[in-house]
Amino acid sequence: MHTLNLLVGTSKGLVVYPFHNQKPLTPSVHFKGFPVSMIYVDDRTNTWWAGLSHRHWGEKLHFSLDQGNTWHQAGLPSYRNYEYRPGKAATLKKIWVMQQAGHDKPGCLWLGTEPGGLFYSEDNGKTFHLNESLWNHPSRLDDQQWFGTGKDFPFIHSILIDPRNSDHVYIAVSCAGVFETTDGGKTWTPRNKGLMAAYLPNQSPEVGHDPHQMLMCQSQPDVIWQQNHCGIFRSTDGGKNWLDIGGKNGWPFYGFALAVDNHNPDVAWVIPAESDESRIPANLQLQVCKTVDGGKTWQSKSEGLVQSFAFDLVLRHAFVKQNTFLAFGTTNGNLYYSTDESEIWQSLNQNLAPINSLSIAMS
Amino acid sequence: MLMPKVKFTSALKRFFPSLSETKLEAGTVRTVLAKLEENYPGISSYIVDDAGQLRQHVNIFLRGELIKDRIHLSDEVKPNDEVLIFQALSGG
Repeated sequence: MHTLNLLVGTSKGLVVYPFHNQKPLTPSVHFKGFPVSMIYVDDRTNTWWAGLSHRHWGEKLHFSLDQGNTWHQAGLPSYRNYEYRPGKAATLKKIWVMQQAGHDKPGCLWLGTEPGGLFYSEDNGKTFHLNESLWNHPSRLDDQQWFGTGKDFPFIHSILIDPRNSDHVYIAVSCAGVFETTDGGKTWTPRNKGLMAAYLPNQSPEVGHDPHQMLMCQSQPDVIWQQNHCGIFRSTDGGKNWLDIGGKNGWPFYGFALAVDNHNPDVAWVIPAESDESRIPANLQLQVCKTVDGGKTWQSKSEGLVQSFAFDLVLRHAFVKQNTFLAFGTTNGNLYYSTDESEIWQSLNQNLAPINSLSIAMS
Repeated sequence: MLMPKVKFTSALKRFFPSLSETKLEAGTVRTVLAKLEENYPGISSYIVDDAGQLRQHVNIFLRGELIKDRIHLSDEVKPNDEVLIFQALSGG
């Protein structure tokens, strides 16, 4: 019998909920009291990865080969001997995202970080090296193209591998935008045509955009979705062109969280927030929006969610989907799930610490 | 032979359970941390960042006072000194 494990990275620890027959069992707690900022499951080996952001002791990366029974400290990406700007040493601020590099590249992992470095490991995380091609991209050295917004520095939060060709990779940077490589990271090309940067005098720059989260339909990898600071966008040609698919009446528009269907390229979900100024649910109603027509129309799918006095925000990595299972967690420590894609939400916990990241592991 | 003593905040024991007061060769704060890393692999990443500078929310006291050079860790550590490695009362 398969067990689905929902891994919940919170600011005070990792909480793991096993599900049997779509019913949650007693959870386990790992790294109790520590800020777990990133969670990732490498489905090739069922290795669980946890990024910890210690306020005192810095970023750390841990992994488990036995579904959380034991954890080991991995190597760390290092900016030693690299400069953020001429004369200014770069240092690791945060590990934002991890992605296995493809089934034909065992032991290889990508890692996206703040202040904007993309790292690669060829030894299952014992060592990481900086992708110098991206680090030395002329746009990265330009304060008007790569810059921090909510954070002091730009950060890489999304990494997508083309399932047809693992040398074909997309990353999304906040703020800079989307970049594509077709040669395993030797060269990178901006892919931001059609996006909007409403916060810049030139609102359509080649680089300078703020994608919040980017995902790919695994069965049709030319279909890529992004929740952006300036709306919701979708590409059907592998990122060459982006189309604004935000709600026609302005809702949904802003937000962080995104989930996509890996079989139907027209289906996706977002969890909107009111605006970048307030970052609260519109009308204080916690809502999930779904499209089944590639973003032409959106419907609220919010049965079971709090529809008054809700101040919950869902961060970019706190919404997951696997087959018919959907789950999301909020900065107020609320955790919701739906097991049958009916989007009838059930509360799993209302008293967690702020939720940073979710991931799903099968065992 | 007289050697400087290094003491730690108990918070570090959560990550290095065998951590205890340690005597190491005199030199500078940097060389003391390098020796400490040999005894407790991985511990230096908790104390300094990847540029080798003392982390913002970590303090090192030498002869009862904060070290002066948080960047290069060049403060001299003498054989009869006591080095205290604490987390700062900040950072959450």
